[in-house]
Amino acid sequence: MTDQLGNPTVVVDDLHIKYKTFTSGKKASQNRALLTRQRGIRVVHALKGVSFVAREGESIGVIGHNGSGKSTLMRAISGLIAPAQGQVFASSRPALLGVNAALIPSLSGEKNVILGGLALGLTPQQIEAKYPEIVDFADLDEFIDLPMKSYSSGMSSRLRFSIAVSREHQILLVDEALAVGDKGFRQKSEARIRAMREQAGTVFLVSHSMKSILDTCNRVLWIDHGNLKMDGDPEEVVKAYQASK
Amino acid sequence: MTPTDYEAIARDAGLERVGARPPLGQYLAEMWHRRAFATSLAKFRVQAQVSENRLGLAWIVLRPLLNAALYGTVFGIILPRDTRPDDVAFVPFVVVGVFIFEFFSKSFSDGAKSITGNASLVRSLNFPRMLLPLAQIIQQVIELVPMLLILAVIVLGFGAPLTWWWLLVIPAMVLMAMFNFGIALLAARVTVHLRDLTQVIPLITRLFFYASGIFFSLEEVLADQPAWMQKVAELNPVHAYITIVRDIMLGGHNAPGWMWAVAAIAGVVTMAVGIVFFWRAEERYGHD
Repeated sequence: MTDQLGNPTVVVDDLHIKYKTFTSGKKASQNRALLTRQRGIRVVHALKGVSFVAREGESIGVIGHNGSGKSTLMRAISGLIAPAQGQVFASSRPALLGVNAALIPSLSGEKNVILGGLALGLTPQQIEAKYPEIVDFADLDEFIDLPMKSYSSGMSSRLRFSIAVSREHQILLVDEALAVGDKGFRQKSEARIRAMREQAGTVFLVSHSMKSILDTCNRVLWIDHGNLKMDGDPEEVVKAYQASK
Repeated sequence: MTPTDYEAIARDAGLERVGARPPLGQYLAEMWHRRAFATSLAKFRVQAQVSENRLGLAWIVLRPLLNAALYGTVFGIILPRDTRPDDVAFVPFVVVGVFIFEFFSKSFSDGAKSITGNASLVRSLNFPRMLLPLAQIIQQVIELVPMLLILAVIVLGFGAPLTWWWLLVIPAMVLMAMFNFGIALLAARVTVHLRDLTQVIPLITRLFFYASGIFFSLEEVLADQPAWMQKVAELNPVHAYITIVRDIMLGGHNAPGWMWAVAAIAGVVTMAVGIVFFWRAEERYGHD
């Protein structure tokens, strides 16, 4: 692990997450009668006992295959999913920034900036002061009064990132939100993440881009089928992960 | 390798459990702190709604007006004349009923969807969830204002006098907004657990519609029935709010003083129950 230990900011203690879904549990078939009851409850055990301690000044990459539980872990840390077992502790409420975190699609970018800021706990005056900075960072000046549903995925993720980092967060969770941005924006946001880390914050970064993990992180967690498979130095973990493929 | 006591580490570092539901007082304080979110959301929603339709704002008034015209015509023909109140004109009587009922039914149906319909917002940002039903009620109140203005024009057009008593409509609507907020909170939480409720809501709304005497006078219709039936029917808060507004604006003087008591108690109690009921499930919203 890291050499100099900062104060713990996030403690994840034996975290289990289960999703209940309604499924048929059988293969879909064409000739099944329409009225037969096809629902059964299937429990998906998404995280099976993950534990770790994150500290100040750490920027932690989270890697793993699709469906391994990375996004679930992020949502659990941010308190958006309740654990089935185990607990998550944090020094302040972690802010999650994800790809599917659309705000209100029918409203303009401008109104989404205001609402997002208010939901983050900024006052209307603070938002007014930060508004130019947010729009400038997202590079959306000419489109800001269009409804968000007309944005490309890259544009809306840029706007969401800018809104999320408009407030100082002690703990920021970034869930692949940078993957859709273009090169220029990615560099800008990676610089922002490094700056946040230096302000003694903790940043979690979920990504499939090993390059951006190696560029920004000083610790990597490898989640595999709901278990924490490896936790340590980025080079080592990434090498082991790539070897496993 | 000895198992690490993570809980002890967290305790020593003074960390708090994530997602824990704060005590009610703190929760309400946090809501107050972020009240601008609810008001802005309500305002933006109204604006979006206005810009989507060609007639825009007019629909807020036009819809209940068309409703009133339809119900007034249909039931004016079907129902015998003796079901109508003796002392007030039928048209303003129906219009007041339909307009005030619209405030209840929209709060109920949209309030029920306030959490499930904003799933992406709930999943991506942390804020007291009660702000969403609250925003819904604020939106209804914003839309109520033009409705009341049109209502006033119609009522005056039918020759009712404009008096200072009309100011009493404001406290009556405040009490009704509290009642509607309580209903929206109850419906919002139940819908999260049980999506099926959205299927039943139109039915419940229709039931209230007929039970609240929108296009007939409950007192006249139940006059021949046992007295307790009328008492039970009059205890329906929605009926109380409608009757109070009719009483103020049309001067029918059908609302005895105790109806204000029904209105006040229903408003305060429903809101208090709704707040506690909604708050108790705060940790569970957005998890499915």
